[in-house]
Amino acid sequence: MKALSRAFLILVFGILYIPMAVLVLFSFNSSKSTGNFTGFSLRWYTELFSTPATFAALRNTLILAVCSAIIATVIGTLAAVGIHKMKNRYLKKAVMSVTNIPMMNPDIVTGISMMLLFVFVGGMLGLKNSLSFWTMLIAHVTFNLPYVILSVLPKLRQMDSHLPEAAMDLGCTPVQAFFKVELHAILPGILTGMMMAFTLSLDDFVISFFTSGSDFQTLPLLIYSMTKKDVTPDMYALSTIMMAVIFALMILTNFKSKRETKKAKADR
Amino acid sequence: MKKTIWKIWVIAIIALGAALLSSCDGGKGDEIVLNVYNWGEYISDGSEGSPDVNKMFEDYCKEQGLNVRVNYTTFDSNESMYNKLRSGAVSYDIVIPSDYMIERMVKEDMLEKIDVSKLTNYQYVYDNFKTLYGREYDAENVYFVPYFVGYVGVIYNTKYVSEEDAARQSWDLLWDEKYSGKILQFNNPRDAFGTVMYKNGVDVNTTDKAEWESALEELKSQKSLIQSYVMDEIFNKMKNESAYIAPYYAGDFISMYEENDDLAFYFPKEGTNVFLDGMCIPKGSENKEIAQMYIDFMLSKEAATANAEMVYYATPNKLVNENPEYIEYMTSVHEDAMEYLDPRFEEGYVQTYYENLDDDTLQLMNTLWEELKIDTSAGVGIYIACGAVILVIAAIVIYRVVKKKKRMY
Repeated sequence: MKALSRAFLILVFGILYIPMAVLVLFSFNSSKSTGNFTGFSLRWYTELFSTPATFAALRNTLILAVCSAIIATVIGTLAAVGIHKMKNRYLKKAVMSVTNIPMMNPDIVTGISMMLLFVFVGGMLGLKNSLSFWTMLIAHVTFNLPYVILSVLPKLRQMDSHLPEAAMDLGCTPVQAFFKVELHAILPGILTGMMMAFTLSLDDFVISFFTSGSDFQTLPLLIYSMTKKDVTPDMYALSTIMMAVIFALMILTNFKSKRETKKAKADR
Repeated sequence: MKKTIWKIWVIAIIALGAALLSSCDGGKGDEIVLNVYNWGEYISDGSEGSPDVNKMFEDYCKEQGLNVRVNYTTFDSNESMYNKLRSGAVSYDIVIPSDYMIERMVKEDMLEKIDVSKLTNYQYVYDNFKTLYGREYDAENVYFVPYFVGYVGVIYNTKYVSEEDAARQSWDLLWDEKYSGKILQFNNPRDAFGTVMYKNGVDVNTTDKAEWESALEELKSQKSLIQSYVMDEIFNKMKNESAYIAPYYAGDFISMYEENDDLAFYFPKEGTNVFLDGMCIPKGSENKEIAQMYIDFMLSKEAATANAEMVYYATPNKLVNENPEYIEYMTSVHEDAMEYLDPRFEEGYVQTYYENLDDDTLQLMNTLWEELKIDTSAGVGIYIACGAVILVIAAIVIYRVVKKKKRMY
């Protein structure tokens, strides 16, 4: 039985990680081929750093992801606090379903409807370029919002509701109580929400495809446009670097939280 | 501990805000932004030690006292480019569609005329590529300047495909049962139907419904021999020999040959498809003068040669095609490269462009194509399996609900 469960574990991890392993392997290939490994080289990494177009796309992607994640986190946190404090149970349920709809909605519906709205409003305002970086930002904030709300709400429920009350008893204004007490209690939820929003925005293709203008092209759009010809291996190199950064971040945060729990235990 | 996390976040936000502001300085000063919309990987962009053509253009403008920034973005198909432009929500100064799309955009009044008298390098474009569909050249009505051209042919692997079969030089190699499961076909309707129609000597721009339907029958008969319907996967599948026969563009064959020299290529004797991608200025461009300069610059010897050596497609430009350095470069990749890129076909050889089909024919083609793709024997099994799983789940749910209800009473 134990051997069986171990085999199952290996199978699951294999399915999850073998594709990435292949990608990493071929990013070090010395030729363009993805069929056979002809030798180790850093050719595609130097290639990557000498191609300005890829870099511009990467920079655009990061700008968009960070901006949309921050804006969505601020709005989403406020919304979550508001929803949490609602007294009317039915209204609360209704608001929750309304916020969940954009998440359940297929991306393509969100993308097309956003594009139609932007073009319509842009036409009314007489804009020449109604699609631009800003419309993309709005679209990304929109689809990020429900994820932030969903990750903040449980933290609010977990929090002892007497905490802000106690703070106010001790002389805090409600705003002070929020920033000094509540915010710290729900911070892990906010950070998870922000991370979620960031990664979702980072790899979104469908919505970006419909809402992008002439001035701003993100990495997923660039890679997709390469499909007429062969995708060059410098994209594998780029993906490998992104993966390595995320891997390092994960290890760092895990390491940190472990130390924190140890410290908390010691304090007790 | 938490404070440091906050500090890191604040610093990150400020840094990115600054980066954003610095990247959005488009409105600053007298900078002119030229929006160029091209196919992906269709320009010499500084990779693999090649010159960065857009940068070269910016420098060239600087010499003229103009502060120009090229904003270069890419698309994946004529149709997605058309839809973006058609939505009226974006404005570009240069777009590079293919032949039939240029035709359609001219018809729908989406393109500006190009003043070729101002283009110093236009004289070097071969006359036969200055017009589409063999029309009379009219200098007053020029809507496009050719960028790249090319021909479709059959790529095969000499290790697996016998010499006699290849020597037939025919489209019917794609229907040869000996190579069942090792043949690739285009994954877009126009090119896939094209292979049948060229094989049978039918006009690829026909509006005759019966012709399209009989072509579908042949595609269906071919389906069991086909490994898969692909576009860019052709590169990998042919290079690593998981497939032996595929129709694709001559220029792409040369780049595949670079990795696998067992591959070979021929133009089918029944005729083949020519394509032309042209630089156009869409209506609504605010920098028509600069756009014309850009087009002219792309025809210049340095830029055009750099692009041709990067993209590997055939060039309609004398300056490149008769440039010994370019010929030497291409020949070093494949000794017969120039014959494939710039073929001298015999008199009477059928080489046609895809024309813009009328709406009814287009609709018919798409319907037939869907019929081909959906009609699958494996599909039935999948439907049955899915149906069975859904039934089982539904049965379990109903059973549990009923059981619960019973217990309640």
